[in-house]
Amino acid sequence: MAKKLKVIGTPVPKQDANIRVTGKAVYGHDITLPNMLHGAILRTEHPSAIIQSIDLSEAKKLPGVVCIITADDVDVNNIGYKRDHPILKKGEANCTRDEIAAVAAETKEIAKQALELIKVKYKVRKGIYDANDALKDSAPQINKFISGKFENKNIAETFHYEHGNLEEAKKNSAHIVSRRFTLPRMTHACMATSNVTASFNKVDKKLLMYSSTQVPFLYQRDMAHALKMSPSDIRVIQPIIGGGFGSKLDIHPFEPICALLSMKTGRPVQILFSREEEFIASPIRQPMVIDLTAGVDKKGNFTFREINILKDNGAYTSWGATTPFVIMQSFSSLYKLKACKFNATAVYTNNVFAGSFRGYGNPQATFALERVIDLLADKIGMDKAEIRLLNANEKGEVTGQGLHFDTCGHKECLETVIKKSNYNKKVIAKQDARFKKGIGLASMLHVGGGAKIYRSDGCGTTLKIDPYGYCTIISGSNEIGQGSETVLAMMAAEELGIDLKKIKVINTDTDVKPWDVGVHASRTSFVAGNSLLGAIKILKEKLSKKASELMNSSHSEFDYENGQIVSVKSKDSIALDKVVREMHFSEPNELAIASFFYEPSSKFQDKNFKGNVSGSYAFASQAIEVEVDTYTGNVKVLDIYVAQDVGKVLNPLLLGGQIEGGLLQGVGYALTEELLMHEGKILNPNFHNYKMLTASDIPDIHFFPIETNDKEGPYGAKGVGEAPLIPTAAAIANAVCNALGVEFVELPLTPERVLKAISLSKINNNHHNLISL
Amino acid sequence: MKKIKYNKEILHDISFFLNEKKVSCQIKASTILLDLIRDVFELKGTKPGCHEGECGACTVLVDGAPVNSCLFLAINANGKKITTIEGLINTDGSLHPIQETLVEKGAVQCGFCTSGMAMSIKAMLNQYENAQHVPGDIIQDLPTREEIKKYLEGNLCRCTGYTKIIDAAEELFKQG
Ligand code: FES
Ligand code: FES
Repeated sequence: MAKKLKVIGTPVPKQDANIRVTGKAVYGHDITLPNMLHGAILRTEHPSAIIQSIDLSEAKKLPGVVCIITADDVDVNNIGYKRDHPILKKGEANCTRDEIAAVAAETKEIAKQALELIKVKYKVRKGIYDANDALKDSAPQINKFISGKFENKNIAETFHYEHGNLEEAKKNSAHIVSRRFTLPRMTHACMATSNVTASFNKVDKKLLMYSSTQVPFLYQRDMAHALKMSPSDIRVIQPIIGGGFGSKLDIHPFEPICALLSMKTGRPVQILFSREEEFIASPIRQPMVIDLTAGVDKKGNFTFREINILKDNGAYTSWGATTPFVIMQSFSSLYKLKACKFNATAVYTNNVFAGSFRGYGNPQATFALERVIDLLADKIGMDKAEIRLLNANEKGEVTGQGLHFDTCGHKECLETVIKKSNYNKKVIAKQDARFKKGIGLASMLHVGGGAKIYRSDGCGTTLKIDPYGYCTIISGSNEIGQGSETVLAMMAAEELGIDLKKIKVINTDTDVKPWDVGVHASRTSFVAGNSLLGAIKILKEKLSKKASELMNSSHSEFDYENGQIVSVKSKDSIALDKVVREMHFSEPNELAIASFFYEPSSKFQDKNFKGNVSGSYAFASQAIEVEVDTYTGNVKVLDIYVAQDVGKVLNPLLLGGQIEGGLLQGVGYALTEELLMHEGKILNPNFHNYKMLTASDIPDIHFFPIETNDKEGPYGAKGVGEAPLIPTAAAIANAVCNALGVEFVELPLTPERVLKAISLSKINNNHHNLISL
Repeated sequence: MKKIKYNKEILHDISFFLNEKKVSCQIKASTILLDLIRDVFELKGTKPGCHEGECGACTVLVDGAPVNSCLFLAINANGKKITTIEGLINTDGSLHPIQETLVEKGAVQCGFCTSGMAMSIKAMLNQYENAQHVPGDIIQDLPTREEIKKYLEGNLCRCTGYTKIIDAAEELFKQG
């Protein structure tokens, strides 16, 4: 693009920040509709039990209770992509979240009181809380809705992938390292708890959902399937969303339950989760055990990786079960690799089920992989930075899995953080007796141009300019706080020469906006951006034609600036709004409107998971410095150096926000955040015991965007949203290992774990000393 | 006068200043200030993040000092001055410098924590200003970045990683 960019690349503040910062933004919690009822859900007391009877009589007598439903009162289909999840549970409970009954009442208080009056008789069962136990022959079948396609009755999903000649690669390895890694449950902890307001109109049989979903069109389709309706009879309107991070990719039972309560009563119904309910009943990052064996040859080239993953699927299958799709990409393709064999199995248990979470399995994979790379480097006595540089991905590479790295900033990312962090000096720094410092490196690979996991990974845009020169972008994509509206408005401002204040983005209503697959896979700027640019191109052709007519010229090349259409040749200009008026009101009376559907060039992968699944790929490296208090086990993250291949910086302010926010979620994953479970129950369902990081915990962040200008991306940009948190836990763990000379195979690195590792290493060292004596 | 009806509950009359306007209402003794503000006065800018005093999203000012309105009994608001995010904005609709700076610094993502953050920053600025006006007192130094972080510890944010929020607060102190 030869033209100098005026808007793109500048730090434009979020266009919708004003309404958010003044308290005027309407979130799901702020909606009230006339005659609205309040819904509440009764969940099981036992993670595994037979439901013998449900007595609603007392609850029904409570004044103000309007409707109570159980599984017996509704005619619905299961939800979940495997359709293995009943909305209301019948006969048995299999998970602490299980919805037994739901109430709609005049006030929140009455709804809550009514729950206490519902009497359920349970016969408690032992339950299966370990994925290995679920695979035993003696284990009962936990989920009764699966077709039994797998060899074991409790397997929910499997993934197999391989490339290269594994046996030969093993033979060519000078060293091989094997480790088992155990990854914890982490929860999204969106600041706004889950919420939904449903309004069913009994007259025309249409359902209106005010939902925080990240994927409105899939939501509409799945909701319709659940409720046995036509998708088009369901209108999904998104209020302002108080945090997503992947949690709103699945539909969850409370949403069709809310719809059912509204259908039964003919009145609007709202369900808001309490914080405790949010911790218990909203999705999580999937816990898993990763067995990784990897090799390296004499020169330090990676030879092979063999991976077996056992995932605790919980009682029902959500999108969380499909994370191996992303996980395998990191194992097969992050750093050059000759051979890879990957197996992942998701197993039903009576634990809570996962959903998708920013990074989609990749933080787990990257932790295991980058830890093992450090161990391999130690084995062959090679510097940890050097081994990474040697194996880093390169531009033009087509990986064993068939990913095409048309642009690739991996090496540059590594070089940048190594240099900026002064890695080579710090890695061998002298240590204080109590406070030990360490530095760790990690990289990551993630889809950067959407991910073709549905038939379409596309996005539609309708663009119009009104007779006053204002522009409206009706985009299929949506905003979940990440700033996509602003980035789209900036693109329109850039291309059409319209002031940002005159650009509106409409993107919250499925009755209005064109198809889009939703916010996930860091795809919005890329896919929605390309879609918008396509629409702009069409509209400009129309406008330019009219402008040329009005100017009585044969010129066909125009610049759009400051609300004017300017002939490149003659410099004659005409106001944009005037051209629009002439289009509208003089013959042949045409609207200044254009639509475009963008479908990325990516391919649906074949049965063996091979193929170029994304329009582009993002890379990032982090060097993280920590200080460990060896008396308390406390890890303090001092500095994070992060270089990320973003393709092109569209807006440095918003990009910085994505980086910093993502990083801190990564630090939380590394150090403090873990949803603790015992026999299917969650032990820490509150902010007091689930430790989220606060302002006091933040490290100094040094961010270096790497611009590789991907020809597929809008202005060369790639997806950025997930990358910042993916390598963080790995780099922190590597840094702590560097500081202490110990090893970790689990997260988070809580003070207890750190102290334990220190004392173990002391015992080992003493032992070692004794032997060498 | 706004009223909430509760079955057989004793109601109490209270009046207080809500964003500088005198208001009166009848409440039961257990009514929480957050609910009163949101449900009765329908000021929805104050956010319920946890209802347990752990997240700070519901922060409002009571006589200039920050409180978690989800833990504050409304009855104790009697006779006091309550300021919510809606009271921060200038009467002509223009943004208060705190709001302006949060926007400019990119400190707002989903925005659910933002009202509480803005009110906490306001409280900190108040405190700093008051300390400066103690007669005979030497002018205090600007709070350090570490002090700002400490002050905002009670306000959780899941989106921003706090850096830009702290940047904004620091900037506000510099502006004075
Ligand atoms: S809602 Fe009051 S502290 Fe969270
Ligand atoms: S901006 Fe979303 S929680 Fe702070």
